[in-house]
Amino acid sequence: MTGTRVARRTGTAPRIGESARRPDGVPKATGSFSFSSDLRHDRMLWGGTLRSPHPSARIRSVQIGEAVAVTGVHAVLLSDDVPGQKVFGLEHRDQPVLAGDVVRYEGEPIAIVAADHPEAVRTALRAIVVDYEVLTPVVDPMTVEETESIHPDGNLIRRIHLRHGSQDVVGDVQVEGTYEVAMQDQAFLGPESGMAVPADDGSIDLYVATQWLHSDRDQVADCMGLDPEKVRLTLAGVGGAFGAREDLSLHVHLCMLAQHTGRPVKMVYSREESFHGHVHRHPAQMWYRHHADRDGTLVRVEARLILDGGAYASSSSAVIANATCFAAGPYRVPSAEINGAAVRTNNPPCGAMRGFGAVQTCFAHEAQMDRLAKALGMDPVELRLHNALVPGDKLLTGQTITGTAPVAEVIRTCAEHPSAAAIATDPLELPGGTGRTADPGHVVRGEALALGFKNLMFSEGFDDSSEASCRLLDGVATITSACAEVGQGFVTVVQQIVREVLGVDEVVLLQASTADVGSAGSTSASRQTWMSGGAVQEACGQVRVQLLERLATQCGVDTDDLVLADGQIVSLSGGLEVDLAVATEEPVEASVVFRHAPTWPLDEHGQGSAHVAFAFSAHRAIVDVDTELGLVKVVELTTSQDVGRVLNPMQVVGQLEGGAAQGVGLAVMEEVLVTDGRIRNASFTDYLVPTALDMPPVEIAALIEQAEPGAPFGAKGIGEAPAISSTAAVAAAIRNATGLNLPRVPVRPVDIVFPEGAT
Amino acid sequence: MSADTYSLKVNGTDRQVTESLPGESLLRVLRERLGFHGSKNACEEGECGSCTVVVNGQTVCSCLVLAESVTGYEITTIEGVADDDGLSDVQQAFIDTGAVQCGFCTPGLVMSVGALLDSVPDPDELAVREAISGNLCRCTGYGRIIEAVSQTVDGRRDDGSRS
Repeated sequence: MTGTRVARRTGTAPRIGESARRPDGVPKATGSFSFSSDLRHDRMLWGGTLRSPHPSARIRSVQIGEAVAVTGVHAVLLSDDVPGQKVFGLEHRDQPVLAGDVVRYEGEPIAIVAADHPEAVRTALRAIVVDYEVLTPVVDPMTVEETESIHPDGNLIRRIHLRHGSQDVVGDVQVEGTYEVAMQDQAFLGPESGMAVPADDGSIDLYVATQWLHSDRDQVADCMGLDPEKVRLTLAGVGGAFGAREDLSLHVHLCMLAQHTGRPVKMVYSREESFHGHVHRHPAQMWYRHHADRDGTLVRVEARLILDGGAYASSSSAVIANATCFAAGPYRVPSAEINGAAVRTNNPPCGAMRGFGAVQTCFAHEAQMDRLAKALGMDPVELRLHNALVPGDKLLTGQTITGTAPVAEVIRTCAEHPSAAAIATDPLELPGGTGRTADPGHVVRGEALALGFKNLMFSEGFDDSSEASCRLLDGVATITSACAEVGQGFVTVVQQIVREVLGVDEVVLLQASTADVGSAGSTSASRQTWMSGGAVQEACGQVRVQLLERLATQCGVDTDDLVLADGQIVSLSGGLEVDLAVATEEPVEASVVFRHAPTWPLDEHGQGSAHVAFAFSAHRAIVDVDTELGLVKVVELTTSQDVGRVLNPMQVVGQLEGGAAQGVGLAVMEEVLVTDGRIRNASFTDYLVPTALDMPPVEIAALIEQAEPGAPFGAKGIGEAPAISSTAAVAAAIRNATGLNLPRVPVRPVDIVFPEGAT
Repeated sequence: MSADTYSLKVNGTDRQVTESLPGESLLRVLRERLGFHGSKNACEEGECGSCTVVVNGQTVCSCLVLAESVTGYEITTIEGVADDDGLSDVQQAFIDTGAVQCGFCTPGLVMSVGALLDSVPDPDELAVREAISGNLCRCTGYGRIIEAVSQTVDGRRDDGSRS
């Protein structure tokens, strides 16, 4: 081999630590990016879903004759038409693909239709006659365990009775409180949508927006009665996820319709349907009692947690584990009894949403810490610093923190950061926006800090590995991974990792598909940069080694003498200089399955090393409150976060700002209103998410960089922490402004104007 | 089911809409009949702004506009805003500042920001927030979007001072 080709100067594209731009930025900014709702096929039919109007009912009969007769209708399918397993589920297969004899929540699918045109679909859906025996829904999570089972698996999804340390500890100072978190919607903008395309050999291609292709594939295959290799899932453009795409929605329905009609079938949910078509954040009822010594040292925490899982299990058993394990916050607590339960009701199913159980308990434990500080006459920031976890400390589960835990650094940098918040002068900046604040004289300002933390990756012994391969040919690296890009920026980071390891500029990331590679695990739990980033880093590292060994053999030099950098391979001893493109005219390939350190199940007392690693964050909120009208304006948010190492500063900032916005939403406006099992606000008219006027600037006080052992480049996942402590901080700042208890989020105007009990 | 054929002027070109159904929204017609998929469909009830287009100089939610009612109007969609070299300065700023994440809101925001800066060349931050308050973004918390507008304004000011 000779270096006859002219070497192109490489190594200029952004690498680790730089603000690389998204590779999909141009198509997304020009509108040419294909989202799942943009899928087209010349022969495609449109699909639609008939949903139950009742939260609880028995189905006496379903008549589809008139629907089938509608012009343009090609299929009307019911529960009996499900070809394989009748139920699906992320952790427990307990949810019917189509309801057969009973419906357990409002919006549960009963029938599916395929037709030439969306209007024909709607006409057919209206023509289906369902005879219901309407039942009284079971909707109170507090009493559901004493109620007759609404599902063969029972009304208790999971209980964890965690007991840590000595159980007879009593503190000199005790504070007690009851807290409530309402149901939050992920409110991604890209509605559920996808297309199934049948193949001649009986197999099916499904193009869909999802968070975990392989989990979907396995569930779809079981429900279709097909071998997994007969169902190929390919990621279609994802318009946000935030947990709501971890469960199946229209997947099996599309495949059934495609297989039945022999035609491609596309489905797009309306926004109203989307509110019924995916799981939400669990509403929580929480009771806490904190015990401390007079110097502020926490000695014991007791809590009872009830999460309303709704009609089906989804990921409730993992969410309640998180809520229970992290119930006391990132503090040293030598004694604890936490009784956590996720229960089943006829309310909308709940499951994954950014923060995953830690959001609810953070709101409660931070309110408790403020209450304790008040009882002790202590500064709330000092109380937190006094009890902050450090490496080597034990969690409530008895697990010792072996990685980084810069908790005090996070608190201190956030608390000490100067505020830029001015007093509002423009009516637009006052609570409620222009014209709504009755009297600026009734506006009071408050400020507070909150702290939160959460696990990274899956826990309790789950092997959520990620497979990736790298093929280096003609100086271009091609990466194969089934990691779902949902907007978070994996596509950017993977390019940076490959350039860093291989010194190339050009990186091609193939479309994620189950046909090409093994599972990458879920895009959730703040895990993909670590897991799929780690897999890509290892695969590239193996390619690098193989390439240098091959070249050393060919050139008769020692491998240790060769260095690969900036598109060149050179020998340290001189005499050899080969362009990488030339050296890889024959491809070099490697494929790896990346695993995190093993974890173990929790024992009967909720004890065990169940988690891999943790991320910590603090938020300080400044709010203005119109006490007469109960309106809140969040004026400023300041945050510090434990990030391990920053791989892409611009994307880190984007995650911290975006996560904080979802936290602000839960604090002051976002609630799926459910009455007797029915959603009353399934629209963006009535379910409010923060606009640019609701959202304050987010000041980033510090990104604490302490390289995490075992993580690629030392980087921790950063996606969820911003959504955890932000809600608690805003709620605490409203308490600080008003002097009210405010034990519930979102804080509504009525909670401020007509409080149930002022402190 | 078919109605009359009518014409829409989209991005400077007249386009025939055939076999349309009565009452179809401009968004439906743009996406399903004329192949302009850049206008997005997040709520289809005028709350999210992801379908924002410019009709005779005014930003509108195309999901709320009856398609047949804007015959003879100048309709500009996201597909019509790019410069000859491929990107408008607003689009470039969105990419450069990290204002794009999942990207579903991006076309609508690019339309709203473009319309704002065409009428107010140097808006303060509050004016920007007000102008884009009809465009929901669930990923970014708006911080990078505000930054993108700021970068665009700076760029245009620099261009103006050079010429």
